[in-house]
Amino acid sequence: MNAQTLTYREALRAGIEQALEDDERVFLMGEDVGRYGGCYAVSKGLFDYYGEQRIIDTPLCESGFVGVGIGAAMGGLRPIIEVMTVNFSLLAMDQIVNSAATLRHMSGGQFNIPVVIRMACGAGRQLAAQHSHSWENFYAHIPGLKVLSPGTHTDARHMLGQALRDPDPVIIFEHVMLLNESGEVSEAPEADMESALVRRLGDDVTLITYGGSLHKALDAADKLAEINISAEVVDLRCLRPLDTDTFLSSVAKTHRAIIIDEGWKTCGLAGEISAIIMEQGFWSLDAPVKRVCTAEVPIPYPSHLEQAALPQAEQIVEMAQAIMEGR
Amino acid sequence: MDRESDHKELQMKEEDSVAEILGNDIVEDIIMPSLGADMTEGMLVEWLVKPGDPVKRGDVIAVIETQKGAIDMEVYHTGVISEILHEPIVTLPVGTVMARVTLTEPGERAKVTPLDSVTVTPLDSISLTHVETSTPLASPVVRKMAMDQRLDLTEVKGSGPLGAILLRDLSGSNIDRTNAIEVDDAINTKKAMRGAIASAMSKSKNEIPHFYQSLDIELGNALQWLKRTNEDRAPDQHILLLALLLKAAAKALMKYPDLNGFYQNNQFVHAEEIHIGNVISLRQGGLVVPAIHNVDKLSVDETMEAIRDISVRGRSGHLRSSELTDATITITNMGERGTDTVFGVIYPPQVAIIGFGKVRETPQLVDGDLVNSEVMSVCLSADHRVIDGMLGAKFLNALSKQLQKPELL
Amino acid sequence: MNQKLRIDRVHLINQLRQMLRIRRFEEKCTQLYAEEKIRGFLHLYIGEEAIAVGVMSVLSPEDQIVATYREHGHALARGLSMGSILAEMFGRTNGCSRGRGGSMHLFDKQMSFYGGNAIVAGGLPLAAGLAMANKKQDRDAVTVCFFGEGAVAEGEFHEAMNLAVLWKLPVLFVCENNGYAMGTALSLSESETNLARKASGYGMASSQVDGMNVVDVESATSSALELIKTTSQPYFMECKTYRFRGHSSFDGQLYREKEEIRQWEEKGPVIRLQNWLKENNHFNEDELDELETEIKAEIEAAIEFAEGGAWEDTGDLCKDVYSPTREGEPG
Repeated sequence: MNAQTLTYREALRAGIEQALEDDERVFLMGEDVGRYGGCYAVSKGLFDYYGEQRIIDTPLCESGFVGVGIGAAMGGLRPIIEVMTVNFSLLAMDQIVNSAATLRHMSGGQFNIPVVIRMACGAGRQLAAQHSHSWENFYAHIPGLKVLSPGTHTDARHMLGQALRDPDPVIIFEHVMLLNESGEVSEAPEADMESALVRRLGDDVTLITYGGSLHKALDAADKLAEINISAEVVDLRCLRPLDTDTFLSSVAKTHRAIIIDEGWKTCGLAGEISAIIMEQGFWSLDAPVKRVCTAEVPIPYPSHLEQAALPQAEQIVEMAQAIMEGR
Repeated sequence: MDRESDHKELQMKEEDSVAEILGNDIVEDIIMPSLGADMTEGMLVEWLVKPGDPVKRGDVIAVIETQKGAIDMEVYHTGVISEILHEPIVTLPVGTVMARVTLTEPGERAKVTPLDSVTVTPLDSISLTHVETSTPLASPVVRKMAMDQRLDLTEVKGSGPLGAILLRDLSGSNIDRTNAIEVDDAINTKKAMRGAIASAMSKSKNEIPHFYQSLDIELGNALQWLKRTNEDRAPDQHILLLALLLKAAAKALMKYPDLNGFYQNNQFVHAEEIHIGNVISLRQGGLVVPAIHNVDKLSVDETMEAIRDISVRGRSGHLRSSELTDATITITNMGERGTDTVFGVIYPPQVAIIGFGKVRETPQLVDGDLVNSEVMSVCLSADHRVIDGMLGAKFLNALSKQLQKPELL
Repeated sequence: MNQKLRIDRVHLINQLRQMLRIRRFEEKCTQLYAEEKIRGFLHLYIGEEAIAVGVMSVLSPEDQIVATYREHGHALARGLSMGSILAEMFGRTNGCSRGRGGSMHLFDKQMSFYGGNAIVAGGLPLAAGLAMANKKQDRDAVTVCFFGEGAVAEGEFHEAMNLAVLWKLPVLFVCENNGYAMGTALSLSESETNLARKASGYGMASSQVDGMNVVDVESATSSALELIKTTSQPYFMECKTYRFRGHSSFDGQLYREKEEIRQWEEKGPVIRLQNWLKENNHFNEDELDELETEIKAEIEAAIEFAEGGAWEDTGDLCKDVYSPTREGEPG
């Protein structure tokens, strides 16, 4: 398959461009997505080409414009709503949770909401406690929503198109630390959007992760190989619905699991995945399931503290060693 | 409130609300209304009407105190108050008939039909997995293997946290008590069972110097005793020959305890209790060998009951792990469909196995007369490291003697 | 005054019929609630009927309605069948939302009836979005969004007002000002109690209407729609009204005097139109009886329809959370 090298940001932009080309019902709406070029420059240049009818700058009113997007989707359009960062999405949570996620069910299946909401997430840029969150778990908690976390450049490029073809509301989390990274982008998606993928094969321990932590898990797997521990890496890709079969069959093979999740440990996604392994994969375990998550602290500003708070490859290696040694 | 009483209440209400028809009068119940999903009762504070008062639909007829304050209670019918059933101040559950109204406006009585029964999704039946409290710490996958393959983990040394047994601890020589085997439908479990039988039997034949002795034992008395005993019993209460064989073996073992125990660390350890393992072949293939505990202390009836119990549980896969691991000697009984003799392979670390052939009729000379006799060949396989031929012979003869006096077993 | 407005006798009797249908239906609902046939919350529209009836009578089938949790009147006036509404309140599968929504969530795609939204002010951005879709797809429809005066305090109200004017969205915002947000009087929650004036802060045309007068509401709606269509701008209509019943079925009404209720009841929309018709000899008692009989029969039929509805099988519990197939992909 032909592949080209793009930054994650360029891959996202290419996805948006293709969506705008493919379907005239599609438009992009959000704070400073147009003239400014997007807070993280994802939509840079699109306004000049597509104009204000399709690249719509909104006032600072997350609940308002997300609600408008939901209404527009009900009215037959295919909006891509950009919420600048996940933190601000809390202001739109009412519309996402109380409208987008419920309307189909509440109306007995009469109305569906084909809206896509993109939001930047994650820590690592010293943006401190209000701009560094990982709240995938909030949205993955809600029946009626679908939640995607593209951790590779190919997924960044193609998941938007897959999400727009879905008749139900889809939230896409784009990790800010990936934006400048370059990587290969395939011409076609690697799988349908709801499937998890094994990114690296291994026998001894399964590293389950997604989004911004995927490359950390892959780094850790490289390091583990040097000390003869063979780690398998599962990229969840879709956080709701979860593709449980993929990680359960991996754990059935390796008998050990470590979940790497940039969210806080308490009440987080890692706990959910661990619980699924307990319920459905318990008898294949040879060691307790472990979690590498963000420390229980609002993300601090200084770089060394921020890095200390976040999951790191070294922690994954240390934890894998510990369970392999039966410590 | 549970569903049943809910339903009962609905039924009652239905009966209550069937208006009494007196002449042409239609009488309607006035009930304590449900004003909110969270309202279960209300306090009648005041009647604003008395019997004989005309009321029309929408009139406020009483005041009810609720947790949200006093609420005016309206009447849903037009008519004359015919009866007041409760006097203030009283707390009444929602649905209680408080008064009755005789309708003057005909017609508009609402039909009250009970709610369709709401089906409740049953909880998934909870599968209980029996785990012995004495089981050593082990990872889930090890426990699963131990259960499937009937591995005894008590002597495996664990290398995990707190000495927990991990997968790696199961490699080869660490397992020294491998018992066969319980069944499972799954093909891989079947394979595992076959593997476990193979390894236990190979170990036995590799390590144990077997010798075999056989004796034909006259069973006429025993069979007659069984016939008599079973005559008055329901078929499911019948005693089978196997119960007598087990009891006789136990008694003989009490006399010759050197056949009852384990060969471990190059020496014989005599077992204090007599737990007899019974080979049960499974319909799906493979074997289980559950033990009946303390056979010497059981009556014949109790022994029979124990046989029935382990047969049923053995074939349905519900044996306790202790039953599968703590036999001190084993018997194998081929029954009616078996062979004349069976030479068993000892189950390590036990030191003997007794094989019972099938009962056969043979002509025998008794006092010069040829008579029909019922005999069984009993074969002892014994570990020559522990047992010699003389002991074996004494044991078999003791066994035979026991079976001649079944009433004493 | 708009030329399209019809105040002939037949039309007025029809408006009375619509208001009476709502009134009698909801009166029956209180009884059915007391008998535990209807559960959850039950918010009655009694006293406010003139607004829904007045507005709906001007709309065309392609116009869209976004309503609140006090929407039985809007649904009836829009044309949803009484049976499907009551079945919904009974939680049966023949309800207009297949029983999944209940009293607060009446939906009907055929009628362009977009709920039944029970988050105060939550429907305003949705209405703006529907209007955006109409505009982008060159549809002539207007989106009509009903909400109570309590919504005016919410951020979503202000966000939606701003966006609607900013993007010139064809929305008719109908504020049903009944004076109380649950039990809190308007004067206790708003610094500016003239709500129409709030709209002007966003540059939105607005008016205040006597919400107890169906003719006034109809007339104002007609003018508003014309303005929306000619200027391609949203419009804000504040209808002053009063609910005669509690906020929901379980309300001690500790926050207002009985005398206040009585005074409003005297100028209620039904009694007012009824009296006017009689005084002007357009209407007599026999005709009124006929109307009542006809409505009573409709209610009886609705009860029968609702009672006859099936309960959803619990095996289908999780139905309609997600769509069964994806667009453009095989199912």
